[in-house]
Amino acid sequence: MSATFVGMPAFPTAARAALADTQLRHNLTHATHTIRDKRARVVAELPEWEELRTAGAATKDRALLTLDEQLVRLEESLTSRGAVVHWARDADEACRIVADVAQAHGVDEVVKVKSMATQEIGLNEALAAEGIAAWETDLAELIVQLGDDLPSHILVPAIHRNRAEIREIFRRRMAASGRPAPDDLTDDPGELANAARLHLREKFLRARVGVSGANFAVAETGTLVVVESEGNGRMCLTLPEVLISVVGIEKVVPTWRDLDVLLRLLPRSSTGERMNPYTSMWHGVTPGDGPQEVHVVLLDNGRSHALADQVGRQALRCIRCSACLNVCPVYERVGGHAYGSVYPGPIGAILNPLLKGVGSDPQVDSLPYASSLCGACYEVCPVKIDIPSVLVDLRAQVVDAHRDRRVPKPEAVSMRAAAWTLSDSRRLARAERISGRAGRWLTRLAGLPGPGRRWTSARDLPAPPRESFRAWWLRTRRRGSRS
Amino acid sequence: MMDGMRVALMVTCVNDVLFPRTGRAVVDLLTRLGVEVDFPEAQTCCGQPMVNTGYLDEAVPVVRTFVSAFEGYDAVVTPSGSCAGSARHQHRMVAERSGDAGLVAAVSEIGPRVYELSEFLVDVLGLTDVGAYFPHRVTYHPTCHSLRLLGVGDRPRRLLEAVRGLTLVDLPEAEECCGFGGTFAMKNADVSVAMGADKARHVRETDAEVLVAGDNSCLMHIGGMLSRQRAGVRVMHLAEVLASTEAAA
Ligand code: SF4
Repeated sequence: MSATFVGMPAFPTAARAALADTQLRHNLTHATHTIRDKRARVVAELPEWEELRTAGAATKDRALLTLDEQLVRLEESLTSRGAVVHWARDADEACRIVADVAQAHGVDEVVKVKSMATQEIGLNEALAAEGIAAWETDLAELIVQLGDDLPSHILVPAIHRNRAEIREIFRRRMAASGRPAPDDLTDDPGELANAARLHLREKFLRARVGVSGANFAVAETGTLVVVESEGNGRMCLTLPEVLISVVGIEKVVPTWRDLDVLLRLLPRSSTGERMNPYTSMWHGVTPGDGPQEVHVVLLDNGRSHALADQVGRQALRCIRCSACLNVCPVYERVGGHAYGSVYPGPIGAILNPLLKGVGSDPQVDSLPYASSLCGACYEVCPVKIDIPSVLVDLRAQVVDAHRDRRVPKPEAVSMRAAAWTLSDSRRLARAERISGRAGRWLTRLAGLPGPGRRWTSARDLPAPPRESFRAWWLRTRRRGSRS
Repeated sequence: MMDGMRVALMVTCVNDVLFPRTGRAVVDLLTRLGVEVDFPEAQTCCGQPMVNTGYLDEAVPVVRTFVSAFEGYDAVVTPSGSCAGSARHQHRMVAERSGDAGLVAAVSEIGPRVYELSEFLVDVLGLTDVGAYFPHRVTYHPTCHSLRLLGVGDRPRRLLEAVRGLTLVDLPEAEECCGFGGTFAMKNADVSVAMGADKARHVRETDAEVLVAGDNSCLMHIGGMLSRQRAGVRVMHLAEVLASTEAAA
C-alpha cells in the first residue's frame, strides 16, 4: 500500500475537494444514514441504555485512573500464561518489534486482523520496507488494500466505495496478491464476498504469522479480546503458529466483569447489532491449541500525552465504535480522508491532536475546528465522551500555542478587537453608532480575512437594521417609563 | 407565580445589532404576559464567539461584563439557545481560566438563572398558550444548542402548537445541524454551505412559508441560503411568532 496520509492539507482544503466528489457524497450519505438508523433502532430497545453508557464511561475511567497498576498487572498475567510482552513508546518501536519477530521466523508475509493500532503506526508500510507483505483479511480493509486506497472510517474503512467500485478493484487487483477474482464477477454482494473468501482462504492457510490488535485487554486474567463480524479474525488468531498483537495501553480494563457492560455497548453502537457475531478471547499460549508463540506489544504512541490532558483524557475511553462518525453532519459530507488520519470524524478531530500535540502541524491544528459543535457525537457516544467540550478546549490550546507569535494572525487581531469592544457596553454602543448601520460591525466579529466573501459566496446577508436594539431601548426610554 | 421577580433581557450581540426586532418581540411578548422586563444596559455579549474559536483569554473581560450586567436578577431571559448554553455551560471554564475565584462564584450563581425564551415561558411562567395569532404555514428547526446543550425538548413545539391560525409542519431530518456553527461558517465555509444546502432543501420539502427557530444565528445562515435561492420562504424567530397577535395583524 503506497497511499499515505502524510502531507495531507489542512481540513478546510481537504474538505473542499471531498465535497466536490459526487460519488463519495452519494455513497456516504447512503451508508451513514443506514448505520445511523440501525443503531437508533437497537438502542431504543434498551430502556437501560443511559445507565449502560454511564457504567461504560465509569469502567473505562476506573481503568485509566489506575492505568500504571493495570498495565503491570496485565503484563504479569500475560507472562504467566506464556505470552511475551513488549513495550513500545512510539510507532517506530512498535513496528520494529513486530518486524523482528516476523524476521526471527523467516517469513515474508503475515495475515492481519483489522486493527486500528496497527493502522495508526503504519505497520503495513514498515513491514513492506523489510520485505514482508502484510495481508489485510477484513473485507473492507482488503478492498482498501487492493485499491491502494486509504481507510475512511474506523469500522467500515471502505465506506466511501460502492459495489461497482469494489467489483472493479477485485477484478483488476486481486491477481497481483494471490487468487484472482473470477472472470464473470458481478457486483452482487454475495458474489463479491465469495471472491474475497476464496482469495483470503489461501492466505489464511499459508501464513505462519498472524498480527492483530485488541478491543480490550483484561488485566486480572491476561485476556485479549477481538470483536469482529466476519470470522476472518478468528482465522488469523487460531491458524498461524505465531501471533503478535499490538495493543494501545488504553485498551486495558481491570477485570473480566468489566467486559460485560462494554460488550453490550459496543455492537449496538457500532454495527447496530444486538450481539457481536465473532468475539475471540485468548490468554497467552494454550498448549496444543492455536498459536504456540504469542507476543503482545503494548503501545503508547502519544497516549501518555493524551492522559496528561485534563479535559482531553476522556478521549482514551473510546471503544472505536464509530457511532460518532455515523451521526456527524460534517463527516457525512466530507468522509474520512479529509481528516488526514486513520482516526477520522469527531473522535479523530480530538484524538489526533491529543496524541500528536498541537502547535506544530497546521493539519493537526485544523482538526479541532472541523466541527459545528452540534453535539450529535456526544449524544450517541457509548462511553459519554463530551467531544464538543474537548474540541473547544483543544481550540484554546491551538490558540495558546500561537500566542507569542511576533506577527499575530489576522484572526487573533480581530478577536482581540472584538473582545475590546465587547467588554464594555459603551464601546459597543459607540461601535454600533460609528458603523452607521449596526450590522456592519458584526463582520469584524467574525474575525477572519475576507469573512464577508466566505459568507456571501453562497448566502445572502440580511439587510442591516437602521437602529440597534440598544438604541431603540434608549430612545423609547423603556427604563424611564418604569416606576 | 413571579411577583416581584426581577427579570432581565439578555438580547445577545447578534440580535442587538442585526435583529433588533427579535429583542423588541421579547419585550412585547413578556409585557403582554405581565412580566416587567429590564434591559441592563451594561450587557454586550456572552463571549461565545471567542470561546468557541479558542480565544479564552479574550473571553474573560467579556464574561466579566456579562456578570456585572446580570448580577442580582432573579431570571435572565434570552432569545438564543446558544447564548443561554454559553452562559450555563461555558462561563465557568472561562472564569476558571481567569484564576479569579470571585468570577467563578459569580458565574456559577448566575448560570442556572439564565433561561432560553421557551424555557422561561413554559417552566417559569407555566404557559404554553401565550395568546398569539399567526395564520401561516410554519416549520420548526430545533437548533442544536437548544436541543442538545440545553435540552429544551418539545417546549418550542408546544408553544407553536398553541398559536391560533398556525399550521405546524414537520421538518424532515429536523435534528440535523444546519451548518452554522459560529466561526465554523467561515473557517469551514464549504462544509457549512453543504450542510445548509441540505437543511434548506428539507425546509422547501415542507412547503412551509415560514421557517421558525429559537436562534437568529442559525436562521441567518439557513435564511441566507433560502434567500439566495429565491426560495420564497422566510425565516422568523420564535419570539416574533409568539409576539404576533390578532390585534396587531
Ligand atoms: S468517541 Fe465514542 S462514539 Fe466515537 S468511536 Fe469512540 S466510543 Fe464510539
